[in-house]
Amino acid sequence: MQPTFSSSRILLPVRPWFIFFSLIAAALLNFLPTAHWPGVPDWVALVLCFWCVREFRRVGMGWAFVLGLLMDVADGAVLGQHCFAYVLLAYTATALSRRILWFPLIQQALQIMPLLLGAQIFQALMRLAVGADFPGWGYFIGPFVATLLWIPATFILLLPQYRPVEQDPNRPI
Amino acid sequence: MAGLNHAPPPFFKRGPAPLALLTFYIAISLAIFVVDLRLKSLELLRQSIALVVDPVQRVAQTPGSLVDYAASYIHGMRGLQQENMELKHSQLTTAPNLQRLAQLESENERLRKLLAVKEREKANGQVTQIMYTARDPFSRKIIVDKGQQAGIIAGQPAIDEAGVVGQVTRVFPFSAEITLITDKDQVVPVQVVRSGQRSVVFGLGNGQLELRYMPANADIQVGDVLVTSGLDGIYLPGFPVAKIVNIERDSAYSFARIFCTPIAGVENFGEVMILDPRLALPPAPPVSSGRPGSSDKPALRNKKKKLASKEN
Repeated sequence: MQPTFSSSRILLPVRPWFIFFSLIAAALLNFLPTAHWPGVPDWVALVLCFWCVREFRRVGMGWAFVLGLLMDVADGAVLGQHCFAYVLLAYTATALSRRILWFPLIQQALQIMPLLLGAQIFQALMRLAVGADFPGWGYFIGPFVATLLWIPATFILLLPQYRPVEQDPNRPI
Repeated sequence: MAGLNHAPPPFFKRGPAPLALLTFYIAISLAIFVVDLRLKSLELLRQSIALVVDPVQRVAQTPGSLVDYAASYIHGMRGLQQENMELKHSQLTTAPNLQRLAQLESENERLRKLLAVKEREKANGQVTQIMYTARDPFSRKIIVDKGQQAGIIAGQPAIDEAGVVGQVTRVFPFSAEITLITDKDQVVPVQVVRSGQRSVVFGLGNGQLELRYMPANADIQVGDVLVTSGLDGIYLPGFPVAKIVNIERDSAYSFARIFCTPIAGVENFGEVMILDPRLALPPAPPVSSGRPGSSDKPALRNKKKKLASKEN
C-alpha cells in the first residue's frame, strides 16, 4: 500500500500490535484532564477513523463498538452513546476508504471532517433528545481541530511502515 | 491497489455484509442506550468495564496532579504561613459559636425530649478526595476516591465546608460518582431560612439553580438563603444549599422565576464529605403514597373527591 494511491512510494505492511497500541494511546490521550478545554479533539475518533480508512479489513465496527463502550464508562456518559457514534463513524470511514486515498492529504482531511463532526453531532442529539443540557458550542470545535490533525496523524501513524528512501541493493527490503 | 498488501484479500470468507453489521451494532447501541437510561439495569456491565478503565484513568490523571503538586510546592512557605494565619483567624471567629454548639445541642436534645419530639439525627460521614471531574460534557459530575470498598452506596448526600455539593449516583468498587446539585434536573428539597417556606431547587446545568413552582407573590427576596428541608429522607435538614441572586416576576406566568447560586464551592473543591445515609423515615400515610414532589395533583384530586363525597 502507498501513503496515497497516487504516490509511488510503497509502504511496509502494518503491524497489528501497532494498530492496537495506537488505539490504546488515543484512549489514554482522551483520559487526560484536558477534556474540559474547548477544542480538544476526540483522539479515539480520529485514530479509529484513520485505521478504518487505511486498514478496513483489520479495524471496523467491532473495534468501534468496544472502544465506544470503554469511552462511555470512562466519561460517565450513558452507555451506548459513544458506541453509536463510533460505529457510524467506522462504517462511513470504511465506505469512503476506496475513494479517499486518491486525494492529497488536505483534501482527505476535508472529506474526513463531516464524519468527525457527524459523530459529535449524533452524540449531542442523542443526549439532548433525552433531556441533557446543551454543552455549549465549544463542544463542536473539537472535530475541526481533529480535521487539522489528520495530516500530522497520517505522518505519525504511518511512520513504522515507511522504508528508507536510499536502499542498500544487497538488502532490498 | 489493495492487492499490494502482503496478505491477499479474503475472496470467499467475507463475513456478514457491512450494512447488516452496521444495523446489528446500531441496534445494540440504541438498545443499551435506552436500557441504561430508563431501566438502569446495566450497572454490573458498567462496573466490570470500570474495573479495567479506572486504573488507566488514574494513571492518565497523574501528570495533572503532579503539576498541581509542583505548583503548591513552589507556592512555598509564605503562602502557607498566610493561609495558616487566615485559618487561625477564621477559627477564632467561629470559635464562640462552635464552643457553645455542644452545649446548644445537648440543650436542644433535652428540650426535644421534654416536648416529646423525635431527636435530630447526627450527621456522620467520611471525607473523600476528588479525583477528577467526569468528562461527559452533558452533565455535571465528579469522581471521588472511595467506593464500595468504603461502604458507600448510591443516594448518599455529599457536602463541603460551606454546604451541599451533590449526591452519590453511581458506585464503583474503588470510586464513586457524585452528581452535583447544579446538574440539569438534579433536585434538592429546600426551605427558605427567613420565611420557613418549603420548595425544591432544580439544577439548570449552567452552574445556577432555579427555585421552581413558587407563586409570583411568594415571600422571597434576593439574598435569601435556602437550606435542605429534610423532607425527602435523603438530605439531613439544615444544610445550606443556595442563595437567591435574581427574581423575575412576570405577570404572564403564575410562577416567579427565581435563580440561585450554590453556596458550596460546587465547581471547585478538593475534598468533600459523604454523609451516611439517613435513618428510614416513618412510613408515609396511605393517601399520599407517591413521591413528595409529584403527588400534588393526585392529592388535589383526592381532596376534591372528599369534598364531593362530603357534599353528598
